[in-house]
Amino acid sequence: MSSRFRASLALLAVATLALAACDREERHSRAKPMGETVPAGTSPDTIWPGGTVPQTLDPRAKLYDNNAPAISQGQSLYSQMNCGGCHSHGGGGMGPALMDDEWRYGGRIDQIATSIAEGRPNGMPSWRSKLTEDQIWQLAAYVRSMSGQPSKDAVNSRADAMSATAPQTLTPRETVQTSDTAEQ
Amino acid sequence: MQRVACAYLVTLLCTAGAALTACHRSEQRQQYGSATVYGTAPAGNHAVAPPAASPADDGNWTMPSKDYAATRFSGLNQINPGNVSKLALSFTFSTATTHGYEAPPLVVNNTMYLITPFPNYLYALDLTKPGAPTKWVFKPKPVAASQGVACCDTVNRGAVYDNGKIFFNTLDGQTIAVDADSGQQVWRTQLGDIQKGETITMAPLVAGGKVLVGNSGGEMGVRGWVAALDEGSGKLAWRAFNTGPDKDVLIGSRFKPFYKSDQGKDLGVKTWPPEAWKIGGGTVWGWLSYDPETKLIYYGVGNPGPWNPDQRPGDNKWTTGVFARDVSTGEAVWFYQTTPHDLFDHDDINEIILADIPWNGQRRPVMFRPARAGFFYVQDRRTGQVLSAAPYGYVNGYRGVDLKTGQIIPNHDKDPKVGRVVRDICPAAPGLKDWNPSAFSPVTGLVYIPHNNLCMDFGAMQANYISGTPYVGADVKMYAGPGGNRGAFTAWDPIHQKKVWEIPEDLPLWSPALVTAGGVVFYGTMDGWFKAVDARTGKQLWQFKAGSGIIGQPISYKGPDGRQYIAFVAGVGGWAGAVVSAKMDTRDPTGALGFVNAVKDLPQKTTAGGMLYVFTLPR
Repeated sequence: MSSRFRASLALLAVATLALAACDREERHSRAKPMGETVPAGTSPDTIWPGGTVPQTLDPRAKLYDNNAPAISQGQSLYSQMNCGGCHSHGGGGMGPALMDDEWRYGGRIDQIATSIAEGRPNGMPSWRSKLTEDQIWQLAAYVRSMSGQPSKDAVNSRADAMSATAPQTLTPRETVQTSDTAEQ
Repeated sequence: MQRVACAYLVTLLCTAGAALTACHRSEQRQQYGSATVYGTAPAGNHAVAPPAASPADDGNWTMPSKDYAATRFSGLNQINPGNVSKLALSFTFSTATTHGYEAPPLVVNNTMYLITPFPNYLYALDLTKPGAPTKWVFKPKPVAASQGVACCDTVNRGAVYDNGKIFFNTLDGQTIAVDADSGQQVWRTQLGDIQKGETITMAPLVAGGKVLVGNSGGEMGVRGWVAALDEGSGKLAWRAFNTGPDKDVLIGSRFKPFYKSDQGKDLGVKTWPPEAWKIGGGTVWGWLSYDPETKLIYYGVGNPGPWNPDQRPGDNKWTTGVFARDVSTGEAVWFYQTTPHDLFDHDDINEIILADIPWNGQRRPVMFRPARAGFFYVQDRRTGQVLSAAPYGYVNGYRGVDLKTGQIIPNHDKDPKVGRVVRDICPAAPGLKDWNPSAFSPVTGLVYIPHNNLCMDFGAMQANYISGTPYVGADVKMYAGPGGNRGAFTAWDPIHQKKVWEIPEDLPLWSPALVTAGGVVFYGTMDGWFKAVDARTGKQLWQFKAGSGIIGQPISYKGPDGRQYIAFVAGVGGWAGAVVSAKMDTRDPTGALGFVNAVKDLPQKTTAGGMLYVFTLPR
C-alpha cells in the first residue's frame, strides 16, 4: 500500500465525513408507513373559544416538507393536474399567487394539504377524490417550495416551464403565515 | 343653448362636407397634443347606421351597445369640444366590489341601473333625487365556487333593459329577469354548469322577444353555445352549439356560407380530432348585434381549446368566426371563419357594428369588425362576403387577408410547436383589440377603436383535460409591441381603410369607447384617467382622474333636468388588470396567462375598487 494511496484514502474519509455533516433532508426510505387518511382538521384560524387549543402538526408533515423526491413529484403533479392554469408558476391568475407571503388558508404544509384535499369556498376545487393522500402531500410540499420554504438542496435547479421562470434554487424565502392573513 | 345647437350644425355641415374646405382642419400627420392625425376625416358620402337598428336617441341608454347596430353613439349634443372642459362631477356611488368593472351603467326613465362583477349586485339609483339615492338592490347570490372557473377575473359586461325588465347573467351561469320598477325577480334560468367550467360574463341581448345568452370558459375545455330564452317566461327557446354535428349547431337548409372553406356537412365534427369538439371551446362571451329588417343576429365565436394548437389539428369549426342566425329559430344563415385553426387565442367575439356604406357606387348593408387578429373587417351582412380587411395596428402573426378566398394568410414563422418557444408574435393573445368595444359615429363616419399594442412569446405544451380545470397548454409572456406603447386609441375610416388619427397610450387600453353627436369621444385608461377627445382631430380636451383604473364603458344620457350627463364606473381588473384586482405576484411573468409580464407596473399605478362617476356641465 503506497503512501500516496493511503493519503487518498484519508482524503476520501475526510470528504465522506464532510458530506455526512451536510444538512441534507431526511429521506425516510425505511420509515414506518403512515396510515392513509385525509390531512384534514388543520384550521388556519387563531381564535379558540373557551381556552387555548394547541395546534399539533400532522405527523406526516415532516415526511414531505423539505423532501427532494416529494417536491419533485409535486412539481410534476402541479402541471399534470392543471394547477398552473389557475396559479401560473406561482404568480396566480384565476387562483391566488403561491410564491408570495400571503396565505388565505394558512401556509403550513398540513394546511396547504388540507386546502388541496378539501378545496376552499371561493373557487379552489376539492382534489380528495382525484389524488391519493401521498400525491396531495407531495403537491403541498411543492407549493411550499414556490415561496422558497425548503432548503435549496431539496428543490429542483431546473424549472419545468419552457420559458420565463427562474429555477427554484433562486426563489427567495418568504415569511409564512400559518393563519388567515385577512387578505381575501 | 343656441351656441350648442350652432356647434352641432357646423359638425353636421362639415360631415356633409360638400365644399366646406374650411372644415378640413387637419393636414397630413399634424400633431394635436398627443394624437397624430393622418390626413383628413372623411367628408360626405360616408358610413351611416341602419335606421331600423339605430333609432333616434331618446336620452336613455337601455343596452350596452346603445342600439342593435352597436354604435355606442349618443345623439346628445349639449356637451361639445368647446365646453367639455367645464364638465363637473355630479354624483358618485360605490359598488362595494373590488373586481374588474367592465359594464356600462344603464339609464331608463330616470333610473340608473348598475350590474357589478361577482357577486353580480344589481343596483337601481333614483336620478330624480339629489345625489341619486339607491331605490333598491337585487342580490342574485351566485355560487362562490364560480370564481374559481372564471378565466380572466370575475367580470360582468352588462345588463339590458327591455319592456319593463332588466336582464342580466350571473357568473355561475344563470340568466335573471328583474322587474325594473320594483327590483323583484320575475324569472331565473340556469344555463351554465360550473362543474364543466362554464361561467357567464357577457351582457345578454334582447331581440325579437328572445333573451340571447352565451357561455364563457374557452380556457376550461367547455363546449361553446348561444341560447335564446323566451323574454316573458325565461324558458329555453333554442340553443345552438358552436362545435359538433350540424343538428347541434342548428345548421340546416338555410345555411349558405359565402366561402367554400365554410361549406360541407358536419364540419363541426370533421375539422377536429375524434371527440375533441366536445371540449373544444367556441364560446360566446362577447357581443351580439341584431338587424330588425332581416331578423338576423350576428355574433362572434371564441377561441378553440386548448390553446396548444398541436392538440387539435384541423380548422376547428365553428370557432373563431362569425355566425348569422335567425333570431326566432336559431337557424344558421351564414358563417365566416376569421382564423381557421386559431393559433394564438384570437377569439372572434369583438363587437359587430352594423352600417350602410357607399361601395362601388351603391349603398351596401355591411358590418364593421375590428377583429382580435388585427384586421378591420368590412363584410356584407347579408352574406358574410369580405369587402375589405386592413390591419389597424401592428400585425406579424398573419400576412394579410385574401379577399378572393376570404382566407387569412398565415405567417408560418410564428406557428407554435410543442416544446419550443416562439417569440415576438404580434398581436399577443388578447389580440390587437380585445372585448372592449369601439364606438361608431354616423356624424364623422369614423370608428373609434380602443385597443392594445402587445406582442408575446408562446411556448406550447401538452394540456390535460380535467373537467372544471383550465385546459390551455401554453406558457405565455406578453410585452409592448413596436413603439413601446402598450395601448392605442385609433380613429379609423372604415371605407378608405385607414387611420385618421391615433393616440398612443402607455398602458393596454381596456375600456370601451363612447362617441357623441356633440363631437366628443370618451374613454378611460387603466391607471384611472377618464379622457375626452375631439372626435375629428383626437385632440385631448379634458381629463379626470378616477379612484381606480377604468375598464368600464362610458355612456351619455339625458337627466330628468333635461341636461346631458356622462357616466362610467371605474374599477380596475379584467384579464389586463387581474394583476391588481387578484393581487398577483409580478415576479411570475406567466401570471394571468402571460398578461402580468406586460403590466408589472400596474400595481404601482392604481388600486382596485368599483366607483360610479357622473358628470354634467354646470348651469
